[in-house]
Amino acid sequence: MDELRKRAKELLESKKVSVVIGYEEGTGDRIRALFVEKPEDVSRLIFDSRCVLNLATYITKHEVKAKGKMAITATIPVMRSIVQLAYEFQVSDKNLLVLGITPESNLMEFKDLLEVETYIHKFEIEINASYREKLDKLAAMTQAERWRFWIDELAPCFKCYACRAACPMCYCHRCTVDFNQPQWIPVPSHELGNLEWHIMRAVHLIGRCIDCDACANACPLAIPINLLNKRLLEDAKKHFGGYQPILKGDHLMSTFKPDDKENFIR
Amino acid sequence: MSIDKRLIRKESLEKLFDILKQNKTIFAPVSKNGKISFKITDSFSSVEKEYIQTTQSSKESAFPRTEKILDFIKSKNSLDAKPFNVLEIPEVVLWGIRPCDAMGVGELNSIFNWDSKDEIYNSRLAKTTVIGFSCAKSDESCFCTSVGGNPGNTEGSDILFTRLGDGGDYLAEIITEKGAGIVALAPDIFQKPDNQDKNKYLAEVPVKFDRETIRKKLDRFFESEDWVERSLKCIGCGACAYVCPTCACFDIQDESHGKYGSRVRCWDSCGLSQFTLHTSGHNPREVQSQRWRQRIMHKFSYMPERLSIYGCTGCGRCSRACPVDMNILEHLISIQEVTL
Repeated sequence: MDELRKRAKELLESKKVSVVIGYEEGTGDRIRALFVEKPEDVSRLIFDSRCVLNLATYITKHEVKAKGKMAITATIPVMRSIVQLAYEFQVSDKNLLVLGITPESNLMEFKDLLEVETYIHKFEIEINASYREKLDKLAAMTQAERWRFWIDELAPCFKCYACRAACPMCYCHRCTVDFNQPQWIPVPSHELGNLEWHIMRAVHLIGRCIDCDACANACPLAIPINLLNKRLLEDAKKHFGGYQPILKGDHLMSTFKPDDKENFIR
Repeated sequence: MSIDKRLIRKESLEKLFDILKQNKTIFAPVSKNGKISFKITDSFSSVEKEYIQTTQSSKESAFPRTEKILDFIKSKNSLDAKPFNVLEIPEVVLWGIRPCDAMGVGELNSIFNWDSKDEIYNSRLAKTTVIGFSCAKSDESCFCTSVGGNPGNTEGSDILFTRLGDGGDYLAEIITEKGAGIVALAPDIFQKPDNQDKNKYLAEVPVKFDRETIRKKLDRFFESEDWVERSLKCIGCGACAYVCPTCACFDIQDESHGKYGSRVRCWDSCGLSQFTLHTSGHNPREVQSQRWRQRIMHKFSYMPERLSIYGCTGCGRCSRACPVDMNILEHLISIQEVTL
């Protein structure tokens, strides 16, 4: 932690960055995002096991970007998000410096995003045991049972869009759900409206979701929406040989080749 | 009417519930995935008993998140509209709400009767009986005593139950005619008059700020940089508004399938970027700090000014539900302390 504060202070003092995005103590025993602009405020920076909030969601935010070059405290899920965002031209070395936090909670500064990409590729995106169990249970259901499961789980959703707001990949200035000409997704949070919204969101995240669970953690009603994303991630693994965010190259779900050996697409 | 006080045995609570469910729809706190919301239920065993506060407020019983207000049929030259028939609204009992939610009914009333009288809301409320349960426990997000409430406040309830110690019987305060109507349905359950002092069984909720001071300070705080700084971490979702017992903003949507359709009223939130977006593309609240400011100003400045009522009951739900720790109490205290 001292190392992080020291480095943040140096970066701000030397004006290499305008803002350091990190975590601070929140209310109660919560933590929250902190945007340090003054070197004297670095003492507020913290890092511990509670810091799972995906800070990458802030680096596409207009008000934060406007501050100038950003440095960001980034755990592996945050780094994965950053690489994906860079692939989508949302951030670059020009406006972002990554202060990596290794799984052992050590500070690891990266020269550029290429180094970040190389580093994160050492770690496979693995679905943990408790989620594994839930996914297996869902897979074992009949289609009708699974349908009932999702209708019941999505029923409480009141469409506050906290899942979308917390997701680093949901940075669209205007989300599909906000369009009303035509109205693609019904606005009311009734059965159809909720189902269409969550399926649309899951599909827009195939091959982009990096499994950080920000959506499920943000949901005030604890709806396990990340199960949809995890299942799609598994499908990506199964049918396309794994998934890792990359900076350049052919990307899952956004690549089309006329000579594709599969013929269902033609 | 003066408040009639009775004793009700702890075993009798279920009996009362079963009597009420025979000809009324009961909204009560029910848990799903560890989060408690008010749902229609006829099973006493499914009703949560131990909770400081529910995740969602009880406003949905009178102001549903999605509510059909009329049906229409389009034909070649005309459009026939059939407004929602308020006579279809059932008799409702709101069971187990906390005094802060009961107080919120007054705030919603002010909003829905401000200029035009909202027929559907008023009809739902007229058929609602509120059975409150006072608070024996509170947490760090609670601040009812700073906004005119208290853990045993009778305001807004028709009957208020206070548990006389852990695992004990209940003191029932019969506050209104509607409450007396409930007693009349189950006279044996409401036993002899009781005069126990409920105060010693109530949670202690320290006063954190003075809302009049906040209101006066807000008059000169609109342009403060503080809004920008504090709301940088706000991600702009609507969780705070949707769990709030007094947030009443809504959107009107038409949904049609061929020639048949409905007009639907849906919850909306000033925290969402599209809330104030004009057709021209101009958005008067362009950034999140302006939206967060609107939320605080509306509750602590505009509502007292226009409706002579504050828009916050201190239930603390917005702080608990916020995924990024935008804590309203923390901000209000800081506004009180600021020197202008």
